[in-house]
Amino acid sequence: MCGFGGYFGDGVAPHDAQPLLQRMVAAIAHRGPDEQGIFTAPSAGLGHARLSIVGLGDGQQPMTHSSGDLTIAFNGEIFNYVELRETLKAQGHVFRTGSDTEVILHLYERMGLDCLSLFNGDFAFAIWDASRERMVIARDRMGVRPLFYTTVGQTLYFASEVKALLEVPGVRAEMDPLALDQIFTLWAPIAPRTAFRDIFELEPAHLLIAGKSGMSIRPYWQLQYPDIGEPAAYKDERDAAEELRDLLTDATRIRMRADVPVGSYLSGGLDSSIVSALAAPMAPGGLSTFSVTFGSAEHDESMFQEQMATALGTHHYAVACGEGDIASAFPDVIRFTERPILRTAPAPLYQLSGLVREKGLKVVLTGEGADEVFAGYDIFKEARVRRFCARQPGSRIRPHLFRKLYAYLPGLKQQSAEYLAAFFGAGDDPMDDPLFSHRPRLRGTAAAKLFFSADLRQTLSGYDAAAELVSRLPQDFSRWHPLHQAQYLESRFLLPGYILSSQGDRMAMAHGVEGRFPFLDHRLVEFATRLPPGMKLKGLVEKHILREATKDLLPDTIGRRTKQPYRAPDSQSFVGKNDRDYVRDAFSERSIAETGLFNPKAVSKLYEKCSDKPASGYRDNAAFVGILSTQLWQNTFSATKTLSTQAA
Amino acid sequence: MTQPIKDSIKAFIIENFLFGDTAYDLQDDASLIENEVIDSTGVLELVAFIEDQFAFVMADADIVPANLDSVARITAFVARHAGENALNKKSA
Repeated sequence: MCGFGGYFGDGVAPHDAQPLLQRMVAAIAHRGPDEQGIFTAPSAGLGHARLSIVGLGDGQQPMTHSSGDLTIAFNGEIFNYVELRETLKAQGHVFRTGSDTEVILHLYERMGLDCLSLFNGDFAFAIWDASRERMVIARDRMGVRPLFYTTVGQTLYFASEVKALLEVPGVRAEMDPLALDQIFTLWAPIAPRTAFRDIFELEPAHLLIAGKSGMSIRPYWQLQYPDIGEPAAYKDERDAAEELRDLLTDATRIRMRADVPVGSYLSGGLDSSIVSALAAPMAPGGLSTFSVTFGSAEHDESMFQEQMATALGTHHYAVACGEGDIASAFPDVIRFTERPILRTAPAPLYQLSGLVREKGLKVVLTGEGADEVFAGYDIFKEARVRRFCARQPGSRIRPHLFRKLYAYLPGLKQQSAEYLAAFFGAGDDPMDDPLFSHRPRLRGTAAAKLFFSADLRQTLSGYDAAAELVSRLPQDFSRWHPLHQAQYLESRFLLPGYILSSQGDRMAMAHGVEGRFPFLDHRLVEFATRLPPGMKLKGLVEKHILREATKDLLPDTIGRRTKQPYRAPDSQSFVGKNDRDYVRDAFSERSIAETGLFNPKAVSKLYEKCSDKPASGYRDNAAFVGILSTQLWQNTFSATKTLSTQAA
Repeated sequence: MTQPIKDSIKAFIIENFLFGDTAYDLQDDASLIENEVIDSTGVLELVAFIEDQFAFVMADADIVPANLDSVARITAFVARHAGENALNKKSA
């Protein structure tokens, strides 16, 4: 894993290079507490904070190739480095270390930029190519590992987290109002935009090349699905299930590669149970599993966690997360997410990675990604029900399916068929809308923008985050099956923009823990894109083919479980007995007026309403957490505490 | 007779769902759902308000958009019930 930072250009005086890189590395030292290293050359520099996992004694970075021409700073893992190394050795390459880092250098030396197609891994890296006088920066296909960049004058600066870039003279932390609008509509900024004005994120599966003639960015891989009329690549379900099982087993096997023990998260749901079940026999000395439990029955899954841990015979550890714990952790959570968020769900994961570290582990497998790859989210079923309702708009029976989908939402239990149909826009949304599957969610989220200040609204006047999302869709999109369109939206935007960043990398790396994601192995992702939609979502049963492929691994109670979305208590974590000074301060009229982003009177009423009786509705909860996290972001990152609301 | 009912309903919606945003142009006929003024929990808050404020219990069959999805519809619905209550009281 690790973190790195660096630059390319003439903007850093030679005597400033070392101190600047040291400051950048120190800002992200939590990502790599084991070792630090710095490399400088005329017009280029790299700094690295290392979490030692592969090649404990000989994997120091930045690492320079024996030729002296290539130097790399690398965050992440190349899981197939063993096979790549053997192939390279057979071709005459001589290795000095046992690390995967050196494999990248040799493959780049041999193939140049084409080497990316051979890497199976979660990575972000920068290679200083001295002979070509260029800096090459790349990020993994699905966006597991982060990478940010900015320019000051003609000099490019890059780093694993934004806080390292804030060490660069001339780089300021200012909220980008369009990013805030995107977060309050889509849950996440649309990359390359970040919450910080003029600081960008390299998109997943992209490559940045900076040389004397300038900078260029391009994709090296794309997530794509077959046209709707194309003959199915898989007709026999049993064959498909077998292939899936083989791929998933291998994806897990190569993710167990490490010179330290590898543990596993265990939520009690299907996905992490499958990963743990596959990993358990591969773990020397037995597998350690880690869970979060909640006091509230609505969120807790401990019964299933314990059942699975017992069935697998793992060393099981659990951390109890109370509402007060969320309030205590939340300022740190925002320091690590580096962006406003609308849910508290990352906070328990922050606590969980702390437990992993406390128990002496620094690598964990997780089940994340299965819902995107195999169509597990409720939103996929919801879109199907909405289309079903739209075929007979007057039906009083069909809308009751929404209640079945969201059995865990008490607010829906008491609604009539007419209201259910109205809330989900059943029959109203045009079915050829590219965002059809996500419209109800976008509408519900965007309602929280009611709290934006008049100034911010004026700045944003006419801006439509959803329209920008549509403009980013590939040309082929309209030819895909509706389920594949919905999967693309989740996988390409929400997965890297929120799940893998705010809940994944950032919460794990806050405690120096590396998460590994077997379901995001690109071979498995590509395989799943070719599966007929009906093998993934069969009727209203999600992840059907995955259940078929793994049914012998799990107890029936787990294998047949309907998905329970991972959620945590939101506004109730911050009011009543969980009240905190920083929360009251963030919602105070003075503080709200100072940042200038929200309407002080409306915010005050929201705070009163939630304090009086914790919000149970989606809009009020999202607004409460969104406002609180934005205020915390401002207090944490902005030196001036006055946000510019000029559109970027 | 309906004006006080309408005023009371409008004030509740502005206070509770629009958080005092008087700049919001809340038209009497505008759909509360389509305009994102109210979500599924909001409907239940609205029903509780009507029952408390106007002292009658809503039947489940009455909790439908046709009765509650705009200020005008809520006003008409409440006025009908208020009228029924008055008639009932008279005949009792």
